[in-house]
Amino acid sequence: MVYLTRKAEFSASHFYHNPAFTAEENARVFGKCNNPNGHGHNYTLEVTVKGAVDPTTGFVVDLKHLKDIMSREVLEAMDHRFLNKEVPEFLTQIPTTENIAIAIWRRLAPKLKSAQLHRVRVYETPDLFVDVFGEDGPGEA
Amino acid sequence: MKAYLTRRYMFSASHRLHSERLTEEENRETYGKCNNPYGHGHNYIIEVTVGGAVDERTGMVCDLVELDECVRSHVLERYDHQNLNVLEEFAAEVPTTENLCISIYEIVKREFRGAHLQKVRIEETMMNSFEYTGENNR
Ligand SMILES: [Zn+2]
Repeated sequence: MVYLTRKAEFSASHFYHNPAFTAEENARVFGKCNNPNGHGHNYTLEVTVKGAVDPTTGFVVDLKHLKDIMSREVLEAMDHRFLNKEVPEFLTQIPTTENIAIAIWRRLAPKLKSAQLHRVRVYETPDLFVDVFGEDGPGEA
Repeated sequence: MKAYLTRRYMFSASHRLHSERLTEEENRETYGKCNNPYGHGHNYIIEVTVGGAVDERTGMVCDLVELDECVRSHVLERYDHQNLNVLEEFAAEVPTTENLCISIYEIVKREFRGAHLQKVRIEETMMNSFEYTGENNR
């Protein structure tokens, strides 16, 4: 099994708000991130796929295919967007780094051919990132 | 789907690697420059990874403010600008980054109740890093 990671960046704005909370609860739980006008981040996305090396091509995955899927499914939808208002998942879910990573996993996993999605990592800042590994959990690698 | 959130922190501390179980010569041989009797220091980067299901009400694995406060008060306060060798946990253990990693894991495991602690990773320098996930190593 070989693991391949491709990075991408996108910039987006968001805010955190739960309509079921009172204004005070929202302010307490989400702090500054509750500002309804939103604020932004430069997100870094790392997508790791795994698979056996194809004996003919020497590839785990066709990198062009992976890049195209990442652009189409993630960057076109999220880059330079207000996540709360423009990305369907976040009309009903709070666009935290956790939920962004899960949404990206769900967008990418069904589109990949040959290789299998292993990990989606989303950096909100260099000091804060979230990993998801689908339903399997992190495993060894 | 579970999510694993990692937060990075930094502190600066000094240490000297020297084992009571080795002779002077063996210490010099084993630890090289790190055996210098006056010690030396590092900017340690620590990464704390917690994991679990995402809370539907908050969209989060845990309250980040709580995690930051826990690490600040129990880890950074304890180690930042300290000489590791004089601390209680290193009275009988060499303050290698391996042992520091285990100590920090144990502190966060004990003090943080907000989510499952998955891993502690430390970068001693840009070249060396260490990870501990709580397997029985002591
Ligand atoms: Zn934000």
